[in-house]
Amino acid sequence: MSEVNEKAAARDATNWAKKVSTLNVSEVPEGAVAINVEGKRLAGPIQGFGKMWQKTYQVRLPAERASATDLIATWKQRFPEFWPEGNNFYAPLTGIEPGEVALIGMTLPGKMKLSTGVMVLYADEESFTLMTPQGHMFAGWITFSATERNGQTVAQAQVLMRASDPIFEMGLTMGGHKQEDRFWQQTLTALATHFEAPMAHVDTQVVCVDKKRQWSKWRNVWHSSAIRSTLYMLGAPVRGVKGLFGSKQPVA
Amino acid sequence: MPEATATFEVRRQGPAAIVDIRGDVTAGSEEVLMSAYEETGDARAIVLNFTDLAYMNSGGIGLLVTLLVRANRHSQQLLAFGLSDHYAQIFELTRLDEAVGIHDTESDALAAAGAA
Repeated sequence: MSEVNEKAAARDATNWAKKVSTLNVSEVPEGAVAINVEGKRLAGPIQGFGKMWQKTYQVRLPAERASATDLIATWKQRFPEFWPEGNNFYAPLTGIEPGEVALIGMTLPGKMKLSTGVMVLYADEESFTLMTPQGHMFAGWITFSATERNGQTVAQAQVLMRASDPIFEMGLTMGGHKQEDRFWQQTLTALATHFEAPMAHVDTQVVCVDKKRQWSKWRNVWHSSAIRSTLYMLGAPVRGVKGLFGSKQPVA
Repeated sequence: MPEATATFEVRRQGPAAIVDIRGDVTAGSEEVLMSAYEETGDARAIVLNFTDLAYMNSGGIGLLVTLLVRANRHSQQLLAFGLSDHYAQIFELTRLDEAVGIHDTESDALAAAGAA
């Protein structure tokens, strides 16, 4: 194998997640819920229901504040800290590494709680990509990257997605897209603030890649994390009572 | 826009257009890939030749999804051949294999496209 091919093979092995058929959550942190992640398949834009969107959010920082690799290293390490309040990203213990699964707790309009997660599909020194499981509000991936140009370091979050099912599609149409835009704008502002550029403007570009809805995917609603999270919440009192009167294991 | 690190050369084979991919496919390849797509014109099938692919990151996979949407819009089939075991697995992981026909050889892909 030539030196070039060896380098490419090494990048392949280290940067991409290994193939998995379903997701496995090795540890559930306190406060997190894995019901919408454990045993689910990954779902990309091809598996989603709604229109396909590519949303790009960018913020520019003076290059002397952070190089592209420094910025991505920090973003990976402190990823949950940059999320807007009320939303939790339970990072894997080993950090943002290919193949790792992270759980997410989100607050939707109406204070509705939603439990979901993502898998780290790809990670290198200048970018990383998170892919969604079945039942997530959208099917797709988000790539976080940084590039250096014209004396600036440009941090970018780019979402390629379709709403997972007809209910999420309706939700996105009725304000969900705007809420998502605000979410990533706030995230990038928090990132810029970390690098002492709190006034940096976040550029947003939204492109509808495919106006067609994939009606054959309407059954994705079966996996809906919104419905399952709600049912899980409603079942909390029953689980509490069961916990109180549950059988105790005999001490050996 | 990141710099393009891949080339895409188009050759016609009957109703199919074969796109020979060389180098690293990243988000920076968007312009050259879409320009190659324009060259495929009225081809009924687009066949991607990954034999000389050196590397592809997640941005590159995203570009293939966009290409797939464009091909679908024009009722064109999208096929691929020459994928290494690693990238065949990436296609499965990202579930691109559910929409892109994957074949071992060019002749297999062309036969599937009805262009053999």
